[in-house]
Amino acid sequence: MSSLAATERQGWVGRVLLVLGPVLLALVITSGILVLAGANPQATLLKLLAGSFGTAVKRADVAVVWVSLVICTAGLLVSFTAGQWNIGMEGQIVMGAIVATWVGRQFVDISGVLERGAPLLVIAAMVAGGICGGVVWATAAGALKVLGKVHEIFAGLGLNFVASAASIYLIFGTWKQKSGGTLSGTVLLDEQLWLPTLQGLRASPYSLGLAVVVVAAVYFALRGTLWGLQLKAVGRNLRAARTLGVATHRVLFSAYAVCGACAGLAGAVLVVGVHHRLIPGISSGHGFMGILIALLSGFQALYIAPIALFFAALSIGSIALQLDLKLDSSLAGVVQGVMVLCVLLVQGVRQWRSGGSGT
Amino acid sequence: MKIELREIHKRFGAVHANAGINLSVGTGTILGILGENGAGKSTLMKILSGYFHPDSGGILLDGAAVRLRTPADALRHGVGMLHQDPLDFPPMRVLDNFLLGREHQFWQRRSAARADFDALCSEFEFRLDPDGFMFDLTVGERQQLEIARLLWLGARVLILDEPTTGISANQKVKLFATLRKLAAQNKTVIFVSHKLEDVEGLCGRVAVLRRGALVGEAQPPYTTAGLVQMMFGQALAVGVRPAAPLGAPQLELRGAEFAGEHIVLRNVDLTVAAGEVVGLAGLEGSGQQQLLKGVAGLVALGKGSLKIGGRDLSQASYKEFLAAGTAFMAADRLEEGMIAGLTIEEHMVLARRGKQPAIVDWAVARTAAQAGIAEFNIKGAPASVVEGLSGGNQQRALLALLPPALKLLAMEHPTRGLDVESAIYIWSKLLMRRAEGTAILFATADLEELLRYSDRVLVFFAGEIMAVLRAADATVEQLGALIGGKQK
Repeated sequence: MSSLAATERQGWVGRVLLVLGPVLLALVITSGILVLAGANPQATLLKLLAGSFGTAVKRADVAVVWVSLVICTAGLLVSFTAGQWNIGMEGQIVMGAIVATWVGRQFVDISGVLERGAPLLVIAAMVAGGICGGVVWATAAGALKVLGKVHEIFAGLGLNFVASAASIYLIFGTWKQKSGGTLSGTVLLDEQLWLPTLQGLRASPYSLGLAVVVVAAVYFALRGTLWGLQLKAVGRNLRAARTLGVATHRVLFSAYAVCGACAGLAGAVLVVGVHHRLIPGISSGHGFMGILIALLSGFQALYIAPIALFFAALSIGSIALQLDLKLDSSLAGVVQGVMVLCVLLVQGVRQWRSGGSGT
Repeated sequence: MKIELREIHKRFGAVHANAGINLSVGTGTILGILGENGAGKSTLMKILSGYFHPDSGGILLDGAAVRLRTPADALRHGVGMLHQDPLDFPPMRVLDNFLLGREHQFWQRRSAARADFDALCSEFEFRLDPDGFMFDLTVGERQQLEIARLLWLGARVLILDEPTTGISANQKVKLFATLRKLAAQNKTVIFVSHKLEDVEGLCGRVAVLRRGALVGEAQPPYTTAGLVQMMFGQALAVGVRPAAPLGAPQLELRGAEFAGEHIVLRNVDLTVAAGEVVGLAGLEGSGQQQLLKGVAGLVALGKGSLKIGGRDLSQASYKEFLAAGTAFMAADRLEEGMIAGLTIEEHMVLARRGKQPAIVDWAVARTAAQAGIAEFNIKGAPASVVEGLSGGNQQRALLALLPPALKLLAMEHPTRGLDVESAIYIWSKLLMRRAEGTAILFATADLEELLRYSDRVLVFFAGEIMAVLRAADATVEQLGALIGGKQK
């Protein structure tokens, strides 16, 4: 984690440079790839911009992705602060979505129509259920790490597969629609169980609000609370933290639980606010993207929002590329990946030049 | 092979680990290198085996100046080193470990290697199964494998760093026989140790290092007293310390057992009274750490019973130990004592015992940190990160973190790496604790520190408490001999 520690120490000027430098580098590399793919880089990038911010609908779509990314990254900041790589975020999002869907299904009939219960309470229960699902899944990864000495990356990867398989099993098995299991997912839930959205758009002011609250809470918790300090202590030096009297196991578990709660919340929001059903691959890689955003932010809550916006815009904008320029939308993934590699590269070079050890 | 080291200098920050060492070793000899912890033995050997580069000075092998860039480079010149902890790969097979380090052979010729391995094993009477797994091997067997491997790779000089630590008496006999045989084959053996008995029994010549310098050489017949004096220097007059009245027992151990990674400390009976200072003497890794961590609750008690201030804490958690008023201060300040990247005031908050508000009041923390900084004369600010402090200031900060009215304080090397002034300051603070009735246990390699500040000294050797001395009656010579494993 030495490079993580190093990025934290820079001031905001250094941080901006550290982000802008790699962005430019990434732009150059991406342009090169585009030229190789036979496209005009300038036209493509302009298209990308128009595809993400050109219309209100597109801006709203960006906001939907942004909410999910921000909530996930906020959670990851907690686990990163405790020195844990919660690769299992993806699975925790899926578990959140599964439990939220399960809760919703308790109140609807076979075609998704609400049978009983006040809609708002059901939505609240779905969100709460989703959070629980994420917490349980993350705590499982935490237990494997803390008690079972399984590296959290392997534990998380394994649990991701299980969660994803479970969602497929439910969609094509237990919860399949009357007409049979389809890739479109389980039955669409009653519109009364949808989070209210802005007029004619997919974005919901409630989920936007939730995202802001979550980031603010994480920011404050890491800065001002004893728990935040203990997370930091455990993440930097577990042995010394224990010697100083920090209950290290409890702190580690709490880090996983809170990170899982965020993932579960993101999953639940995807169900109540976006898809209104369980679909295959509902997490859409947001957990992994959250890790990239956390790395780019230098583990600072303040920088999550703008970086997540950039990532969300790339994801949405790249859809337009596919439609208009016949370029595959995986280009967004290429740009994001190249960006992160560039950031790590720039960090590595800086460390190397400042005479830090290469280990 | 003839080795000549000329004016070797090596500094680590402020520490002059090797200060102009000249040493030559002839072909076919077994040279012993003696010295206490931190005398510069390992540094010198790591320079000779290519792990470290000297700041200045030269190495001549058979009269030719060489530059050893890496351990592999050293091995190419015929110099191989056996480390204190054999560097091998536990989940791999013996033969695979044997093959490691063979250069420029992408396709390993396993059958040929196996034949070589078998030949080497039978030559030195090693019983090693090439298809067995490393983790089934004892430390002694791992050493045998490493010797075979280095010889196979062409080593003509074999450096062994503390090879008799952690091996059985039988294996030691076998190891010594092997080394004598190697010397007879005109190989050069360098045997690094702080065990007098081993060096006296094996080596044809002994070089003694102290504080980074070569202070003398000796040839058989050795006199233990002579070696001890070279290792530890002239015995200085030990200052008289005021006797403090002893109080009720604060620590009671009965038949206690503490297991460590390499060593098990067994059957300890010890009572330490309020206001008593007990010094733990011995080579590093002889069991002192197990005792210190054990009485502080950081190593679980295997057998027996443990009481702190009259309360039975045999099965207690570390948290209960802390609540009972114990504290542990590690030798490795930034590994086990403090958290690099966190500030002094953040440490103050973390170290505070008992209930704390969930939201940190940073103004209060800052005031507490300022008070600690003033009281302990720390050169730093509340917002200074601890890794930016000097060693002495880190130690002062650790003292400032200790809660008031401790029953028991266990410390490893309380003044290691500190200048004289800092050391005296640290002890003045510790003696104030003693006067308040805290029982203090501390381990150190500094014999004068042991005799000056302890009421009693426990001498550790290979996981046992060999002797208990009243500090007032003991001498540096006597302690030095006991530490080297010489029973009087």
